[in-house]
Amino acid sequence: MGKFWALLFLLVPILGVACFVFAPLYQHWLPIDVSQEGHRIDHLFYFILWLTGVVFVGTEVALFWFMLRYDGASNRKVNYTHGSHSLEIIWTIIPAATLLFIAIYQMNAWADSKIRNPAAGPDGILGTADDMPPTVEVTARQFEWRLRYPGKNGILGDQDDVHVVNDLRLPVQEEILVDLKSADVLHSFFLPNLRVKQDAVPGMKIPVWFRATEKGSFDIVCAELCGWGHYKMKGRVTFVSRGEFDEWLDEKYREQTATVDSQVAQGDVE
Amino acid sequence: MSSITVGHAHDDHAAHAHAGGFLSTYVFSKDHKIIGLQFLFSTLIWFLIGGLLALGIRWQVAWPWAEMPVIGKMLFANEGGQISPEFYTILFTMHATVMIFFVIIPILAGAFGNYLIPLMIGADDMAFPTINMLSYWFMWPAFIAIGSSVFVEGGAAKSGWTSYPPLSLTDWNGQTLWLIGLTLVGVSSMMGSVNYMTTIIQMRAPGMTMFRLPMTIWSMFITAILQAFALPVLTAAGFMQLTDRMFGTGFFIPEGWSVNNAAAASGGGQPLLWQHLFWFYSHPAVYIMILPAMGMVSNIIACFSRKPLFGYKPMVYSIAGIAGLGFIVWGHHMFVSGMNPALGMTFMVSTMMIALPSAIKTFNWLGTVWGGHIQFTTPMLFALSFVAMFIIGGLSGIFMAATPVDIFIHDTYFIVAHFHYVLFAGTAMGVFGAIYFWFPKMFGRMMNETAGKIHFFFTFLFLNGTFFTMHILGVVGFPRRLADPYHYQTFHHLQPLNEFITYCAIGMVAVQVIFAANFILSMFLGPKAGRNPWHANGLEWQAPSPPGHGNFDFQPVIYRGPYEYNSPESSKDYYPQNEPPPGAHPEPPSPPIY
Repeated sequence: MGKFWALLFLLVPILGVACFVFAPLYQHWLPIDVSQEGHRIDHLFYFILWLTGVVFVGTEVALFWFMLRYDGASNRKVNYTHGSHSLEIIWTIIPAATLLFIAIYQMNAWADSKIRNPAAGPDGILGTADDMPPTVEVTARQFEWRLRYPGKNGILGDQDDVHVVNDLRLPVQEEILVDLKSADVLHSFFLPNLRVKQDAVPGMKIPVWFRATEKGSFDIVCAELCGWGHYKMKGRVTFVSRGEFDEWLDEKYREQTATVDSQVAQGDVE
Repeated sequence: MSSITVGHAHDDHAAHAHAGGFLSTYVFSKDHKIIGLQFLFSTLIWFLIGGLLALGIRWQVAWPWAEMPVIGKMLFANEGGQISPEFYTILFTMHATVMIFFVIIPILAGAFGNYLIPLMIGADDMAFPTINMLSYWFMWPAFIAIGSSVFVEGGAAKSGWTSYPPLSLTDWNGQTLWLIGLTLVGVSSMMGSVNYMTTIIQMRAPGMTMFRLPMTIWSMFITAILQAFALPVLTAAGFMQLTDRMFGTGFFIPEGWSVNNAAAASGGGQPLLWQHLFWFYSHPAVYIMILPAMGMVSNIIACFSRKPLFGYKPMVYSIAGIAGLGFIVWGHHMFVSGMNPALGMTFMVSTMMIALPSAIKTFNWLGTVWGGHIQFTTPMLFALSFVAMFIIGGLSGIFMAATPVDIFIHDTYFIVAHFHYVLFAGTAMGVFGAIYFWFPKMFGRMMNETAGKIHFFFTFLFLNGTFFTMHILGVVGFPRRLADPYHYQTFHHLQPLNEFITYCAIGMVAVQVIFAANFILSMFLGPKAGRNPWHANGLEWQAPSPPGHGNFDFQPVIYRGPYEYNSPESSKDYYPQNEPPPGAHPEPPSPPIY
């Protein structure tokens, strides 16, 4: 019976590895990445996958082998020991060094995704004249994404702004700076294809930045529970050329002004 | 000092044993064994409820808005047998709440901690039997508060088990009941942890030094310390959320906040404050939910490898290390929360480091099996599977600890896979092993081995089918807690895989019938076990099965550690902790040095 159980345990590394080998073949894998920096996250993911994969197979196979080899039905001789000082030192220092290496190795990728805010401009300091203005303000609310672009005057946060819901259009090949806000509860602004995720917190304005390298239309997913309608809080982000973007924004601006004008004409707006 | 305490406890007990009516013996009992069994039965019933809630979640994720067969019409008549999106949020909130607060924590500390601590250290009962009884009965108002919250207006809590404000501050009565229930569970845990610490420090039998304690006791001891230091923070946070909800305070409410266009009464608070306070408890709680299982598994593996535990002291130090580091890693739940990203970097380093003691423990378990004389009993299979599965849960944690990778997999099924590998494939499998192992002591009868192995085989297969594949969902970025994920272009092709997972989950819950039947039938019909059916060394195995009031029919005196299997000093392949060495003086050795 010992052999049977040992083989059952051997299935764990075999099927586990098989899962990760076959999943990419059936598109059950990292979604297509269209961002400038996302490959660094993917690289780190693969690095950890290989590293943990080796440890996983090694330890599971060792367990299988011990179960097979030291089955009480066949093995009579017991190795009476309380441990080994040198082994303990080896298997403390090697994992410690590896873990520390991973920790240091990834710091730059993290800093570039979350700390080195491009808004600070060339001098690297926020609050000076060369600050980069946000491309768009995204305000999450139950259960939609409210988007606000600067209008003709280029200033965000005045009467001139262009308002859109759920349909985020952005120029491709440009550094995008999003001001992320929430109007009610927590949400999370998740762009799977750009490897971007950031919670939107009421009372905070959080900068998010990325740069798309390809045109196309992708999902905006809410990744933090925000109420019963959480599942349907879907938006789309579409990357277009600068010319198409300007044209689209212009059209939205004209639509919006026309609506306001007609409302004024009908006396809806004081 | 200690002998006085022991003496008093004994007197109290003798008196109450003689006065024993049905109520004081079986209901409001102060006997640690009865209390332990009360915890065990209650938590197993909640385990079933939690499992059924999980099936509700799985049903919806596999076939969103499909009519539930048979029970759909009974439960959701208004929705035509469908799960509504609102009810779906209740399902996953309650599944986690029940599993964490009503199953895992109380089954480890309440059931096994209570039952095993006095027996394993050679005490006749806990230090504070009345507090011990209260710690069980404080669970009942919590059961009622949270159990009944499903029926109040607005339904039960639906902000997830993490209960993040401001969502959790919106007006649902169920959330208030949830907070009250949580506080009561905390009171119960605190009474337990004070009791366990005192008992382990003060009431060990002569000769039972700290480094002769079984790993089970070490882990319960460290867990009790974790509870005692972390719980007050959760309790305080719970009260703050209660006053935000009921009395118009604004701890977690930002300035000018509104939901559904209604302005808030006050403001000036910070939603992130809750997350810090909550995880300051709930991260150590993750270790509260795994360390005792690690301890029990260590006992089982050494016993059925017929070999001393490999590296006893490194094992003890790793548990202590996990407990220490456990207090400075909470921020890794908040990498993308809006917390200062520089702080995220520090938490990343401490989180990487906490993987180290877990690695050391795994290697030592492998070292214990190596060169052993393995007996493939049901408890051993569960314990070995704990090791095999904990490896997966431990390694997948490294992905989340790496902050840039966490940006992508945070709040996806990758994390769901990770913590189910730790908590179900790890702790729950360890608990099954512990039940099969100590059942003979608890009820004096053996459980059926064949049924146990069938139960193990299918649980093992189905759990891997259910949870391993969730890693793959996570790699695609599939988010948690979505009632209908398939309208997203990124995820619409994942439904077949989710159906597979649901079939496995149904299978996994279904085979627990074998366990339940084995458990109940063996209580009455199992073969008599005798004192020491596994030929184990622990002191608990030298007491009668089941032990009577006061536990031991002899004065336990300890001569050695608990893992002396196949010792050259003994002619048998085991060497009980209380067996005098050949040529020993008849009088007991000096009391332990604290």
